[in-house]
Amino acid sequence: MTQTTPEAPVRRQRAQVKVRTLRTDRWWLVPLLTFLGLSSFLVYGVWAIIDNSFFVDPYVAPFASPCLVEAMCPDGARLFGWAPIGEWYTLSPGLLILGLPGGFRLTCYYYRKSYYRSFWLSPPACAVQEPHGKYTGERRFPLILQNIHRYFFYAAIVIGLVLAYDAVLALIHKPEGLGTWILVINAVLINAYTVSCHSCRHITAGRLNHFSRHPLRYRAWTFVSKLNAKHQQLAWVSMFSVMAADLYVRLVAKGIISFPYA
Amino acid sequence: MSYKAKFKVWRGEGGEGRLEDFTVEVNDGEVVLDIIHRLQATQAPDLAVRWNCKAGKCGSCSMEINGKPRLGCMTRMSTFEEDETITVTPMRTFPVIKDLVTDVSYNYQKAREIPSFTPPADVKPGEYRMQQVDVERSQEFRKCIECFMCNNVCHVIRDHEENKTNFSGPRFLMRIAELDMHPYDVADRQEAAQEQHGLGYCNITKCCTEVCPEHIKITDNALIPMKERVVDRKYDPLVWLGNKIFKRAK
Repeated sequence: MTQTTPEAPVRRQRAQVKVRTLRTDRWWLVPLLTFLGLSSFLVYGVWAIIDNSFFVDPYVAPFASPCLVEAMCPDGARLFGWAPIGEWYTLSPGLLILGLPGGFRLTCYYYRKSYYRSFWLSPPACAVQEPHGKYTGERRFPLILQNIHRYFFYAAIVIGLVLAYDAVLALIHKPEGLGTWILVINAVLINAYTVSCHSCRHITAGRLNHFSRHPLRYRAWTFVSKLNAKHQQLAWVSMFSVMAADLYVRLVAKGIISFPYA
Repeated sequence: MSYKAKFKVWRGEGGEGRLEDFTVEVNDGEVVLDIIHRLQATQAPDLAVRWNCKAGKCGSCSMEINGKPRLGCMTRMSTFEEDETITVTPMRTFPVIKDLVTDVSYNYQKAREIPSFTPPADVKPGEYRMQQVDVERSQEFRKCIECFMCNNVCHVIRDHEENKTNFSGPRFLMRIAELDMHPYDVADRQEAAQEQHGLGYCNITKCCTEVCPEHIKITDNALIPMKERVVDRKYDPLVWLGNKIFKRAK
């Protein structure tokens, strides 16, 4: 055992443990599943942008809604019959709007945790050493742009309302359709995920120090806080629901799903 | 019922050391700290371990058990298989004094850098009037027992020693959030949180929340709200404009 003497003072350094982690559980499983889940969403999103079978009356695929392109959007797919983007634009309608919900998820506090862990391994799991030699966090470009999350939240509120409107239209025109109920469930989950956002929690009343002076905002904050506790679960469920709803509408539009109550 | 468990315990001083193997008796109802004490009593009388209450309330016996930051007194032996080798090491982020005892003075230094509660100049002690709803958010953070496992597990300093100068860790960013949310605190906490205490280093991977023995939602209730307040202050032009035009009060 090393002795401490005036000639050999105790060196103040960490325990020299030479392994990356001493964890014995399957710490790699969650980041791996997260990586696969988020990757599948990205791959599906790219395919959905390329694919043009996004409408079959009265269903609009969520990845293409609101459909704003005159040349690409049939009358029933347009939001209030409105298509402000002229015939000059011939690319996918989804390309125009996916940046908003995509940016909302990209800058979401939960998704940040998940992709920092699973894609960037910073860290891959708690008490597992990350592979990077240097770390500056969210203080510099580009990661300082994460601070615009609240603006994506405002946009996501609009997109959520549009999806709810699409679901209501489907309910009116085809209440017996399976696709209608898939769109309704998706709209509920998307809006629940949006409202459970940390920025929403801050905006309702989180920024206040005197809740007692703002009882209505405090009640709203209390409600959002309850949803916020489930933000992670809502993030995953809504991500898969929007993929499932979008895929269903496209399969119906392509005629691959064609039973009477589709 | 008792059985013989296999332990690997880190032994050494000043960072240099090794994992030593022990086989030690375990009885029903015991926790890891009991086993460390039995090692001291029977096989390694000079084994150093910091402990006090044995009830999960003093925060002294923070250590890493099978690689995870845990309180030795709150980690039941029944959570391990009988044939499992249990590895016990000191907290990795802080310098070792001896064996399982680390020098946590980094934390006290960071605590001293935070200005204490600062009420308005015209409000005297005894004149504070607060509603319960105004203070209960901060009360969650007062449950902290200062075990420093959140600072230990935070990769910002655990994996990058050089960041210790500029980053105070979740424990003290939570303290700043507690003060910033206080209805009677008037000090500028947001600028200090970002510029002096390194809130921007936090990438909200929530390890602090995962290891907290008091189950404080450090990330969701302190760090993210504090980040949002910093956005109000530094990065959101609309909020800045609104505050200027309407002179909004908090």
